[in-house]
Amino acid sequence: MDLNFGKKYKDFTKEVKDFCKKYIAIHFIDSSKVPLSGSFKSGEIKMTRSDWQKILIEKGYFARSIPSEYGGYGGESDIIKSRIIAEEFAKSKIPPPMGGQGIDMLVPTLLELGTEEQKQKYIKPTLHGEIIWCQGYSEPNAGSDLASLQTKGELIDGNWVINGQKIWTSTAQYSQMMFCLVRTEPDASKHAGISYLLIPMDTPGIEIRPLVDMTLNAGFNEVFFTDVTIPENNIVGKRGEGWAVANATLSHERGSLSDPNAMMNRLNSLIDRMKKETINGEKVINNPVYRDKLMKIQGKVIAFQSNSLRVLSAKLNKNQDVKIAGMIQKLVGTELRHELEGFAIDIMGELGTLYENSPNIRDGGSWQIAYMYFLGLIIGGGTSQIQKNIISERGLGMPKEPKVQQGA
Amino acid sequence: MYFGLSEDQIFFQDNVKKFLEDNAPLDVIRKIANEDDKTSKEDLHKGIITLGINNILIPEDNGGLGLDLLFATAVSQSLGEGLATLPFTGSYVMAPIAIKYGANEKQRNFYLNEMSNNNINFSIGFSEFFGSRNESELSFLKNKVNGKTFFVMDFDYATHIMVCDKDGQIGIISLESTGIEVVDLITVDKTRVFKEIIFKNTDIDILENTSSSKEAVDNAIDAGRIVIAADSLGASKAMLDKAIDYSRERKQFNRAIGSFQAVKHMCAEMAAELEPCYSILWHAAHSFDSGEKNKKIMACHAKSHIADISKMISKKATEVHGGMGFTDLLGLHYWFKRIGVNRQMLGSPEIIREEAAKSQSL
Ligand SMILES: Cc1cc2nc3c(=O)[nH]c(=O)nc-3n(C[C@H](O)[C@H](O)[C@H](O)COP(=O)(O)OP(=O)(O)OC[C@H]3O[C@@H](n4cnc5c(N)ncnc54)[C@H](O)[C@@H]3O)c2cc1C
Repeated sequence: MDLNFGKKYKDFTKEVKDFCKKYIAIHFIDSSKVPLSGSFKSGEIKMTRSDWQKILIEKGYFARSIPSEYGGYGGESDIIKSRIIAEEFAKSKIPPPMGGQGIDMLVPTLLELGTEEQKQKYIKPTLHGEIIWCQGYSEPNAGSDLASLQTKGELIDGNWVINGQKIWTSTAQYSQMMFCLVRTEPDASKHAGISYLLIPMDTPGIEIRPLVDMTLNAGFNEVFFTDVTIPENNIVGKRGEGWAVANATLSHERGSLSDPNAMMNRLNSLIDRMKKETINGEKVINNPVYRDKLMKIQGKVIAFQSNSLRVLSAKLNKNQDVKIAGMIQKLVGTELRHELEGFAIDIMGELGTLYENSPNIRDGGSWQIAYMYFLGLIIGGGTSQIQKNIISERGLGMPKEPKVQQGA
Repeated sequence: MYFGLSEDQIFFQDNVKKFLEDNAPLDVIRKIANEDDKTSKEDLHKGIITLGINNILIPEDNGGLGLDLLFATAVSQSLGEGLATLPFTGSYVMAPIAIKYGANEKQRNFYLNEMSNNNINFSIGFSEFFGSRNESELSFLKNKVNGKTFFVMDFDYATHIMVCDKDGQIGIISLESTGIEVVDLITVDKTRVFKEIIFKNTDIDILENTSSSKEAVDNAIDAGRIVIAADSLGASKAMLDKAIDYSRERKQFNRAIGSFQAVKHMCAEMAAELEPCYSILWHAAHSFDSGEKNKKIMACHAKSHIADISKMISKKATEVHGGMGFTDLLGLHYWFKRIGVNRQMLGSPEIIREEAAKSQSL
């Protein structure tokens, strides 16, 4: 066991700390509609989000290992540095780099499987926050059983012509582009008939209908396609290889849904809240029942954070086997975060129910928002039940579900 | 950066596991538990001593192996997994640590040297310090001890008893002294031995530094908690493995029960909760070894979190076995009960979580 990152990283940590101090009072002048994850203090230094992205790339704090010809920093991939950056940013509460499905999922996919032209065209503006992407996978009849999707793509005169419908498409209404799974080989088997297409959202024939979610924001949308025509080469991978391409991105998504640093920050905010709130004149933190429950959650958060260190370690030390430890992160992380947010509401009691701009609201109502938001993440990106199927079948080697007979 | 057990630690852990598999399969454990077989138990102890588990935490200068708590933690996982009917946490972890921090130089060299030769074996009674009950009351006066200490562990081959009073003062009593009454306690867990001990004006050798500092008792208890958590983790792993194996073989409705989603999800839930337990456990042991500021918080959380998860696993893994899980025949209950006793040893989860809260000034 060795949790030291070494001298080189000590200097680097100091550099990042200094940077965080310098930009502690940042304030964005544009209101990007894609929310930043996490909370940060806002203040005096004024700039746009895109400027902020550029500063972060220049320092190598974001897009570190992405080649500079595609707009990245062009450094070597260094998991430890990435971890230090994430930790220090979280601790100091300066705004993290913009995330989102374009940056978290599409960019890694293009780097791995895109053509040179696609990389040149899309990666840089995506990193700078100039192209926002949405993910067009789910359909009304294809959720957990994603491979049964039916949106149709036909190659006609050198163009893909797309017809069908997507649903639950987060941020579609603000996006310039969609990466989309489309059935292009109707005669092939379920998984072999899908292609991965890149669709400009201003193409004629696309209709977007925002869907209000339980937080009362329109977090996602329905997207309808009627004879939407895009160039033949807007495909990643070959025809019929879309399932494999999509699976490359799904693993990136699952990693990004359960950030242990954000979890630790939230736990600390919860402790602060419990020190401030009183019930019948007594501080909540001194109530033995609440204290015990807080400590229980702290134990789980520490276990989760330690687990992510173990998973990190296996990336650096190739002989380490953490197969199951890695597989459980999405399930455990999203469930735990939901539990933590829900407990914060409980310690506030009636105050915890306040919402929007109600008088007496605490922390801007963020506990209720996050409590619901994380329920969304428990469902999105492969539900908890689907995660358990994966853990038991692929992780523990338990027997597969018997196939239902066709026509039964 | 490397988060995990080292090759040496894994090697040691595997050796202990293999030794127990070879020498103490379930039928032998059952005989020992029923007290039908004293010789097997003694042979087992002699054998495990040759592997050096008594010497892990004793410094090389005193004839020990000079290894750290993470080593002991790795070994303890195997002991829980294999239901070892042996002393460990008290005799070979808490005792050397208490002596390291609490003894003066003369005491330290004497006891550690004798321990490494296996001439002295400690039994531990610290309940008075972290959670005394109606049953116990202990008082040290000059070099004499009076009163009762409840739930003394690792008595099996004890030559000496190490006790602690409510102020954290630690003293050592030779079992050859006069004024000692040993009362057998019977717990649900028949794989280990617990006693109540009554002292009447008995000679006691007080570890000199413990009258002014709680460092010795704090460290001994932190380490003990981590190592007990490891035992429960090993026991939980054994139960989960058995549940998965059974679910592949047992058929109902013409299919393996492991192909039913309800069963799969029980197993996935157990695995999903168990994996982070390894992580917090090793992290806590490492924090202890490197003397980090948060070591007490880590030890408390490792013990209480793993106590909760192993309780859940001991229930669910039993359920996966159906009626067979409830039988004596299968012996699953040995692990169930061991987990149940570990949960209360050196503090039940609620007591320990309150300590965790206090130690971060909440
Ligand atoms: C906040 C949020 C954002 C999202 N963003 C996007 C996005 O940007 N792009 C996109 O494409 N999709 C998005 N989704 C969709 C998401 O991926 C799907 O909702 C999810 O995969 C579940 O599909 P479903 O909603 O059709 O539910 P269903 O598949 O109908 O599931 C309903 C219930 O049945 C259970 N179930 C289904 N199959 C099984 C099985 N085999 N075993 C056990 N239980 C099963 C599920 O666990 C669930 O409890 C988002 C969803 C949410 C909640």
